[in-house]
Amino acid sequence: MAGSMGYQLSFNQIWTNFDKLAEGLLLSLGLAFISILIGAIIGLVLAIWYVSAGRVARTFISGYVEFIRNVPLLLLVYLVFYGLPTVVNISYSAPVSFVVTLSLYAGAYLVEVFRSGLDAVPKGLLDAGKAMGLTPWQRLLYVRLPTMTRITLPALSNTFISLFKDTSIASVIAVPELTYGAQWINNKTFRIVEVYAVTTVLYVVTGYAILFGLRLLERRFRVER
Amino acid sequence: MTATNLLQIDKLSKSFAENQVLKSIDLSVAAGEVVSVIGPSGSGKTTLLRCVNFLEVYDGGSIQIDGREVGYVDTSSRKRRGEVDLAGMRAETGMVFQSFNLFPHLTAEQNVMLGLRRVRKKPLKEAREIAQHWLSRVGLSHKADALPSELSGGQQQRVGIARAVAMDPKILLLDEITSALDPELVNEVLDVVRQLAVDGMTMLMVTHEIAFARDASHRIVFMADGLVSAQGKPDDLMAEVATNERLRNFLSRFSATAH
Repeated sequence: MAGSMGYQLSFNQIWTNFDKLAEGLLLSLGLAFISILIGAIIGLVLAIWYVSAGRVARTFISGYVEFIRNVPLLLLVYLVFYGLPTVVNISYSAPVSFVVTLSLYAGAYLVEVFRSGLDAVPKGLLDAGKAMGLTPWQRLLYVRLPTMTRITLPALSNTFISLFKDTSIASVIAVPELTYGAQWINNKTFRIVEVYAVTTVLYVVTGYAILFGLRLLERRFRVER
Repeated sequence: MTATNLLQIDKLSKSFAENQVLKSIDLSVAAGEVVSVIGPSGSGKTTLLRCVNFLEVYDGGSIQIDGREVGYVDTSSRKRRGEVDLAGMRAETGMVFQSFNLFPHLTAEQNVMLGLRRVRKKPLKEAREIAQHWLSRVGLSHKADALPSELSGGQQQRVGIARAVAMDPKILLLDEITSALDPELVNEVLDVVRQLAVDGMTMLMVTHEIAFARDASHRIVFMADGLVSAQGKPDDLMAEVATNERLRNFLSRFSATAH
């Protein structure tokens, strides 16, 4: 059937190698999940520190945020994987290196998200906490953080989707996530259109499913303002 | 009337930038007394109330509850209390807000329980019993598990009252608690306050409900321009209309509602 006009779509070899994509997809999800967890911890700690700290700490935190936001993620991945181990005496695997990078990256964005979330907690709720005799730490723990979490949930969802897509960059340091799996199949079968078409569908469907789940969660926890 | 007063305010002053909201307020509330503060908007009523539990930092004068200065270590030194110390002082007063300010992530019962658990350090079981008692007192036993967003304004405010009184405060501060409510929901909230008055709860309330202030309070304080312009038993105060022009002007706007 190989006519002169060209290219005959054939997905057979994609399906026979589908385990590469399936395993890659799971790894991508895992990388994104771990990174948003660590990133959220970084973001939360720095955001709480920021709103209660003096100028020196604020400058330090702003410096971190601006640095990360202005360096392309691809470059950050290279810096952490190739650069850091040559400067300081440490060694780590590519997946660990990528999780570190993506966590630092997520952390910088989430500092801003959490900081504005903390600011957006209605003042009346803090007054109510004060009036009943909660200490500052108790107000943070029982009033500010739970309310902030609900306010920032939409931004958290968006960040998680972004991170999930950004895991494709890990392919450049041979982390066997979804995009790397696609490249592997392409190199083996030369079915470039088919493999990337299937991979695209996997990203879109997974991303949409995550977003749908998170939106349900948001609706459950929405704060009245 | 010095030692017997639960709340004693002397020469209280407070400014926001250039604007002196409270000029020199003298006011006392005895234990078991219900005092209403009325006056035109901008007269400093709400600011006065928020100074009593130090939600607003006052500049001059003194506020004492049971003989203890509220925001400062003592009256003379002006040294601020530490945050934990201040929290302990605030736990002596309860406050109900115009905009309810229920914690949106907690159910009605959990809203009432938070202070009991974290401030009063009550065991879970006891805190729940107290919360259920007060929710039942405000007629909301059946809404214990509802989130604030599932309650009407009147219901939310009744939870707000339950949350404040469950802490067993020495004095309850009520800040225009019916102003944000639809007219048909006002009475269910006022009925709860009326009942608390009958029970002997000491209350200082800022209100626009002149008729309610007249029949529910022992004393009414009329504020204007950051000063106490007149005060007395409801009937005595109403009699002052003849000599106090500001009071007359203020009350004339309510003549349709005041009986």
